[in-house]
Amino acid sequence: MESVGSIIIYVILALALVVFSIMAVTTRKILRAATYLLFTLFAAAGIYFQLDYEFLGAVQIAVYAGGIVVLFVFSILLTSKPGDNSEALSSKSRLTGLIAALAMLLVTGAALLSRCELFAARPEMQNPDMHLLGSVLMGTGEGQYLLPFEAVSVLLLACIIGGVVIARRR
Amino acid sequence: MEITAVFYLLPALIMFCAGVYGFITRRNMIAILISLELMLNAVDVFFVVFNRYLHPGQLEGMFFTLFAIAIAAAETALAIAIIINIFRATKNVDVRGLNEMKF
Amino acid sequence: MDATLPLLILVIPLAMFLLLGLFGNKMSHPLAGTLGTLGMGTTLVLAYTVAFTYFFSGDPMFIAENGDRLQHVVFDQTWLAFTQNLVIKLGFLLDPISAMMLVVITTISFMVHLYSMGYMRDHHGVYEHGFQRFYAFLSLFSFSMLGLVVATNIFQMYIFWELVGASSYLLIGFYYTKPSAVSASKKAFIVTRFADLGFLIGILVLSFYTQTFNFVEFTSAPVSGLADTYQVSIATSEGIRNIFATAAAPTFMGASVLTWALVLVFMGGMGKSAMMPLHIWLPDAMEGPTPVSALIHAATMVVAGVYLVARLFPLYLMETAALDIITVVGAVTAFYAAMVACAQIDIKRVLAFSTISQIAFMMVSLGVARPDFHEGLGYMASMFHLFTHAMFKALLFLGAGALIHAVGSNDYTAMHGLRKHMPVTHWTFLIGCLAIAGIIPFSGFFSKDEILSSCLGNSTFVYIWMSAVAALTAFYMFRLYYLIFWWKEHETPAGHHAPHDQPWTMTLPLVILAAVSCVAGFIPFGNFVSWNGEPYDFMAHFDWSVAAVSLAVAVLAIALATVMYRKENQLPAKFKNAMPALWRWCHHRFYWDELYMFITHKIIFGLVCKPIAWFDRHIIDGSMDAMAAVTNKASEEIKPLQSGQIQFYVWIYLVGALLLGGITAICLL
Repeated sequence: MESVGSIIIYVILALALVVFSIMAVTTRKILRAATYLLFTLFAAAGIYFQLDYEFLGAVQIAVYAGGIVVLFVFSILLTSKPGDNSEALSSKSRLTGLIAALAMLLVTGAALLSRCELFAARPEMQNPDMHLLGSVLMGTGEGQYLLPFEAVSVLLLACIIGGVVIARRR
Repeated sequence: MEITAVFYLLPALIMFCAGVYGFITRRNMIAILISLELMLNAVDVFFVVFNRYLHPGQLEGMFFTLFAIAIAAAETALAIAIIINIFRATKNVDVRGLNEMKF
Repeated sequence: MDATLPLLILVIPLAMFLLLGLFGNKMSHPLAGTLGTLGMGTTLVLAYTVAFTYFFSGDPMFIAENGDRLQHVVFDQTWLAFTQNLVIKLGFLLDPISAMMLVVITTISFMVHLYSMGYMRDHHGVYEHGFQRFYAFLSLFSFSMLGLVVATNIFQMYIFWELVGASSYLLIGFYYTKPSAVSASKKAFIVTRFADLGFLIGILVLSFYTQTFNFVEFTSAPVSGLADTYQVSIATSEGIRNIFATAAAPTFMGASVLTWALVLVFMGGMGKSAMMPLHIWLPDAMEGPTPVSALIHAATMVVAGVYLVARLFPLYLMETAALDIITVVGAVTAFYAAMVACAQIDIKRVLAFSTISQIAFMMVSLGVARPDFHEGLGYMASMFHLFTHAMFKALLFLGAGALIHAVGSNDYTAMHGLRKHMPVTHWTFLIGCLAIAGIIPFSGFFSKDEILSSCLGNSTFVYIWMSAVAALTAFYMFRLYYLIFWWKEHETPAGHHAPHDQPWTMTLPLVILAAVSCVAGFIPFGNFVSWNGEPYDFMAHFDWSVAAVSLAVAVLAIALATVMYRKENQLPAKFKNAMPALWRWCHHRFYWDELYMFITHKIIFGLVCKPIAWFDRHIIDGSMDAMAAVTNKASEEIKPLQSGQIQFYVWIYLVGALLLGGITAICLL
C-alpha cells in the first residue's frame, strides 16, 4: 500500500510525462518542442527517483536535461529565426501518424495489459548505493560492466571527433 | 491502492507512441530528432520499471539505461552536427527538400 | 644446314620493324632511313649467302648424286598443336624457288630502301611526314614476304600471305590524309581478302583430305618417281597417293574435290596477283609512294600468286583441268591488261597494267607447263620470267618515281622530251623498256621466249595469242617511253626549275637494276630451277624459230610506236578518232570498276543490304527499344516508392510489423 504522497507524486509525474510528450510532438514552434522535451525528461527523471534509482535520475537530469537539450536549443537557434512556425500538418500526414501511433498503442498496450505479473505489488529493494554502482561499473566479473564502460568511452571520443569533423566550416 | 508496473508502463507507452507520431509527421529535422529522443527515453523508462518490479536485486536494467543515455548523447551530438552541416549547405532543415541526390 | 643464318634473314627485318615502328619517332629521319637500309643490307648479304650455299656448295643436303636439287627443311618449329593432325608449324624451307625468291626479294627491297632515302623527301631535302613509319612498314613487308616464300607448310604461307596483304594495305594508304589513297588501300585489302576466302577454303579442303599442311608431303607424294628426289619416305608418299586416289573420286558440280581445292587455292593467287576479275585493286594501289609500287606491286607481293601455284605445282599436275583454268584466266588477263595499258595517261597506271599483263604471262606459263614437253619448261620459264620481270619492272617503277619526283606529276602530258634533262633516268628506263619488250640480249627476251616456246608446246592458239600480247607489250612500253622522253621539247612551267637527275641514292639503284636487266638473261636458269629439281639446259634446246618470230614481232611493235610517238604528230589522234569506242573502253579499263560499283552498290547494297538494314533498324532495334521503353516507364512508375524519406519507410515498417503482431496475437488468442 502506497502512501498518499507518493500516489500524488506518481499522478503528477505520469501526467507530466504524457502531456508534455504529446505537446512536444504537436506544437508548431520548435523551441517549445525542445522545452517540452526538457519537461518530459524531468518527469522521467522523477520516475527514476520514485523507483529508488537516484543515481540514474541524477544522470538523466545531468546528461539529458543539462547536455542534450542545451545542444538542441543551440542548434534550433542556429537553424531557425525566432518566431518561425513550422507549417501546419496536412490532414493526410496527421492521419498516417495517428494510425501508426494508435496501432502501436493498441497492440503494445494489449500485450502489456494481458500480462498479470505486471500487476504485482512493488517488491522491496535495497537502494543501490554508490559503492555498489562503482564496483559494478568498474568490475570485470559476471554482471559487471567494465567492457561496455570502456566501449562507451571510445564511442564518445569518436563522437567528439566526428562532431568536429562534420560540423566544422570548410 | 498499489502502484503496479502497468501504471508506469502505460504513460511510457503513450510517450513512445507520441514519439512515433512525431517521427512520422514532423518535417523539421530537429523535431524528428526530438521525437527520437522521446522514444529512446520511453524505452529507458521501460527498462527501469522492468528492472525494479521484476528483478529487484539486480542492476541490468539500470545499467542498460545508463549506457543508453550515454549513447543517446553521442548520437544526438553527431546528428546535430550533420543537421547543421546540411543547413549550412542548403539553408534548409526540411527533410522533404533533401532529395536532390535521390532522383 | 645451320639454322642461324636462315633465322636471321627473318628476324632482322622483323626487329627493324619493331625498332622503327616503336622508336622511329624518337629518331632523326636520316638515322631511321639508314638503320632500315642497313638492316635490309644485312639481310641481303645473308640471303645471298644462303642462296649461294644452296645452289653452289654441292652439299648432299641440297643436291643429289645425279645432280637433282633437293628440298631441304632447315628448321620446322611447332607453333600451335591443336590436335594430332592439326599442327601448325613455322619453318624455313630451302629449295630452288625459295632460294631464288630470297635473292629477288632482298635485292629489290634493298634497292627500294636505298632509293626511298632520296625519294621520300622534297626538292629542298626536307623529309616527308611519316618517313620513319615508311621504313618500319617496308621492314614489315620484307619480313612478311620472306616468311611467305620460305614457308614449309601452306598454313604458314597463309599467315604470311595475310601479313603481306596487311603491309600492302598500310603502304598503299601511306598518305592517309589523301582520300583517294585511303579508298585505294581499302579496295586492295577488301578485294584480296575476298580472294583469300577462297584460298582458305582451298587450304581446308586440301588438308582435310591429306591430313597435312606440309608442302614437302603435298608436292612430292602424288607424282611417281619423285619420292626419292624429295627425300620423303616411301610409306608417307604411298599413303598420300592413296588418299588422293580416293579424294579425287567424289565430285561436286562436275569437278573433282581436288580440282575444286586447287581452283580455290588459285583464287587466292588471283587476288594477290591481280588476275581478272580480281585485278581492280592493283591500278588503284598506285596511290602509294612509288618505291612501294616498285617493291610490292611490281616485283614481289603480286607474284606471290604465281609463287603459290609454282609451290603446289606437282599437285596441279594431278588435275590438268585446274591448269587449264589458270591458262585461260592468265591469257585473258594478259591481253586485257595490255590493251588497257595502251590507253592510259598516268605513267604509273601504264606500269601497273603492264605488271598485271606480265604476271598473267607467268600464270599462263605455269598453266601450259606439262612434264612431257621439254621437261616442264613452262614452270622454269615462269620462274625465270618472275626473276627478270622483278628486276626490270622494279627498274621501270623506280625510273617512273624519279620522273614523278622531278616533274611533280604522274601524267606523261607534263613530261615530254625529258631525255636531255635526265640522262641517267633516260638510259636506264630505255633498258627497262627493251627488256620488257623482249629485245635480245636484254633479260626479258630470254624469259619471254621460253614462255612462248612452252605455249607453243601446249597449243598453237595460246602461242599466237601470247605473241600478240607480247607485241602489245612492246608497243605500249615504247609509247610510254617516247611520250616521256621524246614527243616534243620539254616545257618547264613558269616558276619551276627544269627537271634534272636525282641524287645518287636514287640513281644508283636504277643503274644496278639496269645492269642486272642487261645480263640476267644469260643466267642458265634451268640449271637452278625446274619443277622437279632435275637440271634442264634450255639453251641446248633453244628454238631459234620461236625466238626470231617473237623478236620480229617486238621490233615491229617498237617501230610502230616510233612512227606514232617519236615526234609530235597527228597520228595518235587520228588513230583514236578512227576507233573512238575501242579507245574509250581501253581508257576506262573496260569499265570493270563501274561494273564492280554497279554490283556492290546497286545490287548488293541496294537490294540486299538496304532491306536488311531496314529490318535491323525497325524490327530488331524497335523491339529492343520497346523493351527499354517499357522498363523505363515501369521504373518511373515505381520510383516514388523509393522516396528516400525515412519517415515513410518507418511508417510502412511499423504498420507492417504491427499488422503481423496483431495477426499473431489474434491467432494465439
